Amino acid sequence: MNSGRIPSQDLSPDGGSGLYAKRRRIQIKDVKGHYQRLRDTSVRLVVALYLVLPWLTWNGRQAILFDLPERRFHIFGVTFWPQDFLFLAWALIIAALGLFFVTVFAGRVYCGYVCPQTAWTRLFMAIEQRCEGDRHQRLKWDRAPWGAEKLLRRGLKHVLWLALALATGVTFVGYFTPIRELLPALVSGEVGGWTLFWSGFFTVATYGNAGFMREQVCLYMCPYARFQSVMFDRDTLVVSYDRARGEPRRRGARKSSGQEPAGDCVDCGLCVQVCPTGIDIRDRLQYECITCAACVDACDQVMARIGRPRGLIDYTTENTLNGRRSRVLRPRLIGYGLVMVLMMGWFAAGLVQRVPLQVDVLRDRNQLYRLTADGRIENSYRLEILNKDQQAHDYRLSLDAPEGLTLVQGNPTFTLAGGEHRSLPVTVSGDPYAGEVRSATVRFRVRSSEPRSTMETTHEARFIAP
Amino acid sequence: MSDFWSVYIIAIVVLNLVGCAFLLFANLRMTPEETRSDTTGHSFDGIQERNQPLPRWWLYLFVLTLLFSVVAVALYPELGRFGGLLNWSSVGQWQEEVDWVEKQTAPLFEQFAKVPIEELHAYPETRDVGGRLFANNCALCHGSDARGAKGYPNLTDDDWLYGGSADAILTSIRDGRHGQMPPMAAAVGGTDQAVRDMALYVQSLSRPSMTDQPEVAASVARAEPRFAVCAACHGQDARGNQALGAPNLTDGIWLHGARLEDIETTIREGRSGRMPPHESVLSEERLHVLAAYVYGLSQP
Repeated sequence: MNSGRIPSQDLSPDGGSGLYAKRRRIQIKDVKGHYQRLRDTSVRLVVALYLVLPWLTWNGRQAILFDLPERRFHIFGVTFWPQDFLFLAWALIIAALGLFFVTVFAGRVYCGYVCPQTAWTRLFMAIEQRCEGDRHQRLKWDRAPWGAEKLLRRGLKHVLWLALALATGVTFVGYFTPIRELLPALVSGEVGGWTLFWSGFFTVATYGNAGFMREQVCLYMCPYARFQSVMFDRDTLVVSYDRARGEPRRRGARKSSGQEPAGDCVDCGLCVQVCPTGIDIRDRLQYECITCAACVDACDQVMARIGRPRGLIDYTTENTLNGRRSRVLRPRLIGYGLVMVLMMGWFAAGLVQRVPLQVDVLRDRNQLYRLTADGRIENSYRLEILNKDQQAHDYRLSLDAPEGLTLVQGNPTFTLAGGEHRSLPVTVSGDPYAGEVRSATVRFRVRSSEPRSTMETTHEARFIAP
Repeated sequence: MSDFWSVYIIAIVVLNLVGCAFLLFANLRMTPEETRSDTTGHSFDGIQERNQPLPRWWLYLFVLTLLFSVVAVALYPELGRFGGLLNWSSVGQWQEEVDWVEKQTAPLFEQFAKVPIEELHAYPETRDVGGRLFANNCALCHGSDARGAKGYPNLTDDDWLYGGSADAILTSIRDGRHGQMPPMAAAVGGTDQAVRDMALYVQSLSRPSMTDQPEVAASVARAEPRFAVCAACHGQDARGNQALGAPNLTDGIWLHGARLEDIETTIREGRSGRMPPHESVLSEERLHVLAAYVYGLSQP
């Protein structure tokens, strides 16, 4: 058992010759059980969330809308701008840490329960089962010659698949262009070329990925599938077969003593038939395993039938299997969790403190300073002011500067509509006859002039004097 | 692109494509002895690389990628000087986008063009649209606050070299202006003292209190009779001539500097100021809005 050699698995049907292997088609057997019910729930949640989210409205606008041409990303009451890119980076870091945390704790549960590839594949398989029957019947249809019934069943399956794929594709585009306008436009054929292209692209991608590619995506395309294994340790929950209990496997009933010794595994092969990636979990942990626990549910049923305790195949850790104590709380898990919580706090604090008002100052470059007819020294600037909020606000500009420097225009007040940008030329002036005017750091302060508002942004600039 | 570079690029593109195809098809099959073992035959320090075959559809992807490349090479300018069947170019795409924006904004500018400048300047849209035009085309010299720089007039005051009427402003922007003051050192007497006298006289026009100093008063007295040569352009009363672009010398606004040395340099060496024409840069409608913006800068 501990020879240190990883048993290689031959994926090609013709014995490993050649550098490219023909794909082995997997027809999986549907299985009911505790974990599959859990998966059904999470899959429905993921898909429902995906389909419903773009239909929510907020203040008369689509609640979640990523407006690429305008470069505005509306998420309920908040509008993000390209300048808020940091938040996206934070969110992705938190998501990555979340993945690390969950993976260290329970292996690739993300893959098995909430990954869209799993979710849509499962829905497509459900449709397939309705149209063509269970695994046994599907294998029969695979071998059967084309006839009216096969044509009808297969046709119906593909029509339903395409319908679901179309809903998925159009919904995807609906996150980027208002879906309530997109749908009627699609029906009447008044959509732009790119909208049509991306709707079609994601329809075809969904149809192909969930209908045909399926486990191939996990095996050969998905990077997460590969690097998640690196995070496993001996205390990570993985779907494992208890060799000590199961071996030697033997078919048939276990009657009395006198027979050759037999483990609990009756070698029924159900765990292989239900596996969506087509592996035999009894060959121990493999990179193909998405920890969907279909084999756990299948084996538990068999164990119940032959009157043995459940859990021959189960979520368990390497340490438990080897009879050692398994610790859930370990430095690695605590570390990931701590960093994740820390980042979430940072993210939340950043969101709360985010001022939806952007001020940038561009100093005029054509001259360092200007001497006016009445002997004053002036610097000119251009203020780029952007109201990133969804509502209009009144603002007031003021200057924090050493004594003697003032804004020529006074302290202007102005109103910016939600999302409006204003380019404001301003002049700072000092009178050398009234007191010394030196080069200095000045701060432009734009502040909401509404009562009790704390919306304020300052930007530093340089005043240059001779 | 010269012949050499064209051939060079074509060679690189074709060789790359052919090389990729060769690499792909040469590695489709293993040798018989490799087939017998389940390793690739690669061995490093006793570690053998096992053969884990790629899925066959992956091979089809490679082939598809190659086909895609061939189509892309045919359609787009990727083979040296051959421009591609689509005749696409980055300049062409840019022009398309410019034309699109032009088409979108044309109705807006048409509306603006119907309103006389004297009314248009008060529109809030003028502040936005005109302000952007000003920032892109004028602010580089006149400053983003339009208050000018040495040699570039302040546009926010009442002092106009060529007139502050809507028409005059529009003409200045559209056709440009070329203001020229010839060197006047010889004409005002030729000596350094004569130039200084004239500079003091001109400076005293907007600061009469200067003549309280006896030596300034003496200089002014010496220069006054010679001002006739200046008056040809600047006028007998020194209030300038907008037809010539000759500045008013009595208002204390000095385009090229208010210091005595600045004025002496102006008299001795003359000045030449050029406002470039914008006829070829901006459409007539945009010029109209821009003129309204500039007109509005000095309106109360």
